[in-house]
Amino acid sequence: MPHLPDIFFYVFAALTLLCGFLVVVNPFSRSPVTSAMFLVLTIISMAGLFVLLHAFFLAAVQILVYAGAVIVLFLFVIMLLDLKEEQRRKLKTFSLAAGVISVGAIAGLTVKAILDSGPGKGLPAPTVEGATAPLGKLLFTQFLLPFEIVSVLLLVAMVGVILLSKKDLK
Amino acid sequence: MHVGLEHYLVVSALLFSLGLLGVLARRNVLVMYMSLELMLNAANLALVAFSRFNNNLNGQVMVFFIITVAAAEVSVGLALIVALYRKRQTAHVEDLTAMKL
Amino acid sequence: MSLLPWLILFLPLAGAVGITLFTQRDRDLSAKISIAAVWLSFFFSGLLCLFTSGTFKDAGLSAEWLTVGDLVVDFGFIIDPLSSLMLFIVTGVGGLIHIYSYGYMHEDRAVSRFFASLSLFTFAMLGVVLANNLLMMFIFWELVGVSSYLLIGFWYEKESAADAAKKAFITNRLGDFGFILGIILVWATLGGLNFSVLKETLAKNPGAMGGLATAAGLLLFCGAMGKSAQFPLHVWLPDAMEGPTPVSALIHAATMVAAGVYMLCRVFFLLDVPGSHAQLGYMVMAVGLAAPGAAMFHLATHAFFKALLFLGAGSVIHALHHEQDIWKMGGLKSKLPTTYRTFLIGTLALCGVPPLSGFYSKDGILAAASPSGSHPNPFLFILVVGVAALTAFYMARLFLVAFLGKAKDHCVDHAHESPGVMIWPLRILGTLSVIAGFMGLEQMLGRFFGDEHAHSLGYIAQLFAPFGHAPLAAFFGLFATVLGFSVAYALYANASTDPLPAKLGFLARAMRDRFYFDEIYTGLIRLTHEAISYVASWIDRWLVAGLVVRGTHGTTELFGRALRLVQTGNLQTYAFLLVLGVALLLFIILK
Repeated sequence: MPHLPDIFFYVFAALTLLCGFLVVVNPFSRSPVTSAMFLVLTIISMAGLFVLLHAFFLAAVQILVYAGAVIVLFLFVIMLLDLKEEQRRKLKTFSLAAGVISVGAIAGLTVKAILDSGPGKGLPAPTVEGATAPLGKLLFTQFLLPFEIVSVLLLVAMVGVILLSKKDLK
Repeated sequence: MHVGLEHYLVVSALLFSLGLLGVLARRNVLVMYMSLELMLNAANLALVAFSRFNNNLNGQVMVFFIITVAAAEVSVGLALIVALYRKRQTAHVEDLTAMKL
Repeated sequence: MSLLPWLILFLPLAGAVGITLFTQRDRDLSAKISIAAVWLSFFFSGLLCLFTSGTFKDAGLSAEWLTVGDLVVDFGFIIDPLSSLMLFIVTGVGGLIHIYSYGYMHEDRAVSRFFASLSLFTFAMLGVVLANNLLMMFIFWELVGVSSYLLIGFWYEKESAADAAKKAFITNRLGDFGFILGIILVWATLGGLNFSVLKETLAKNPGAMGGLATAAGLLLFCGAMGKSAQFPLHVWLPDAMEGPTPVSALIHAATMVAAGVYMLCRVFFLLDVPGSHAQLGYMVMAVGLAAPGAAMFHLATHAFFKALLFLGAGSVIHALHHEQDIWKMGGLKSKLPTTYRTFLIGTLALCGVPPLSGFYSKDGILAAASPSGSHPNPFLFILVVGVAALTAFYMARLFLVAFLGKAKDHCVDHAHESPGVMIWPLRILGTLSVIAGFMGLEQMLGRFFGDEHAHSLGYIAQLFAPFGHAPLAAFFGLFATVLGFSVAYALYANASTDPLPAKLGFLARAMRDRFYFDEIYTGLIRLTHEAISYVASWIDRWLVAGLVVRGTHGTTELFGRALRLVQTGNLQTYAFLLVLGVALLLFIILK
């Protein structure tokens, strides 16, 4: 009789992979909006996986930042550009096949390597919780410098975006 | 069989490959960008799994930073795409061949 | 004391530099600087001679100049009777020529340049004379070549002068090439370049040079051949007359040609090895006959009267406003009395009429070759006698046509004697030509070269010495002179044109064209030149341009074209290639 968390894992993992697949290859629609919506689903199911790994704070951040901000940004841009459906151009079968084969090779190699490395023994009992308090403590003590640098990076990105979005971009 | 580290890693690898396929196969720059996000998330998943496996929070801090950088990257990248679209009136990667002589 | 050689050597250089840098505009001052420099050198040479009183001094006068591996080259001086004598000749006769040039070149625009070149030449000659090792000698030797190039080509606007300068320089280079090969050979076999060191090495071990002695001798000789204009490198000398006449005097008489003989005397001990005499003997006779004392003696007297003759000729040319054809002269005896008298002395000295200097010095060489001499050699003896007769003949011809008889052209009418600055050098040289024979130079040089028979005689005894110890030589020398004179007199006493070409026919034409040496050399050079350039062109066209250049650019272009196909400009192609690379890498690592 499997564990309840294990069942959840399989469910969320299947959802993640399925939605990820639909982001990339959607047999029914070529609209970027569809891809964006499936990306939201992928991220939410991944947040579920984070919860299973006791990374509660990250699960929340995942949903807030990705689903709340990034995807919204994507949708805004899609609307701004008024993109039509990706035209069904003639696929270059050769390049597509080459892409699938090489990606498959990478996936196969990696997965095989992972599975060969050792039989699954399950995860050890959790001793630390990925909650807000411990993570915050770590961020403001041990990782203070990277944290500050990242804040500067955000500032730079902000300035860069404003500059890039100006109409008379030279 | 209990779900262990390798299960998460396999999911992460597959997700990464899916993203890679998207970057290679899709022609819409925006969708390629979403595929890139998928790849980043796959890396995040692996890191969180490692963090759990080692019972310390360093991996999670790393993911936190990755998410921040990814957010910055998405904003800049999208701004670039918008600027590009304004100039070239296209979001199709095949039409963006300025690198060819 | 040890400062003196430096002063002697570098005063003329200072003069040349000073003239070139500062007094280019002031022609008069330039001339005076140059003259002062050379006479100061003369003065210091006298002092040096007085102090050292002819003793051999080499130590303390040299500075280490460069060291390459175990080769140490000094910049030093050698002071011995040989170099002292040459110092006097170079600065003395050279100084007279300087003074003479002051008058001769007075109207030339570029007097400053002329005197700068003269000073440079003097500097180079003094360097050759004073050098205490072969390399230093070679460097100054080259400098002599350069400055003679400047002097011969002084009137470079004239194409013939420029050509003559080039010819002299290039011909000299040919000889110098042999010289430097000889130097290298000597260094390789004996391991040193200092004359004194070489001398010691050879004294200790006479066979040190082994079989290479002949080769080294011939190569060194090659250098002397170029400078002294010996056959077959003689072709530059006649052309060198294109330079101003004082330059001809300097080159012919006083110094440059003498440099070759001096060098051979300096390295005589190197050549003094059994076996090498025979080859060299036929070329520079006296040295080859192991009589360098006689050679230097003749060199000294020769410097006096040859310079005298050239300067006399220059005086005539000057008086006749650069008319050089002797068949337009004649009757100059009354117009140019001083020139006439000094020229007569020079002619008689050159022809070896006793008691003038030429007789004694020539007799020394003849005596060495005569049956009773140190190195009997009948062939050479006859050769020298023959040459002496020819000399007497051509000098008498020149003298009879130019100075005696009636004026053959109206340009003679306006001739007037040259100014004092030109006449006085003639007088001094004339006096020297008369007395040099019995001043005792021969004995001094003889002692230096280790001839134990040399001993001082009274002046009167000296006068008749040749008849005493080698009567045969003296007699034949005189006979040759008289013969030459009589033939010349018979042909030219009252001639108004040259009767000889008609009588000699083909020989005369061949002589006029200098036995076609220039033509032969031109043809030879053209042939070798064309052969070499054909090979060079083949290599250039097929190996350099074809294989190397075109091969390189072809390969590069081929690769470039192939690689250009990869650059599609499509982002996804690049991404695909990247992924392919990653897949390969993973495959290799994980496998």
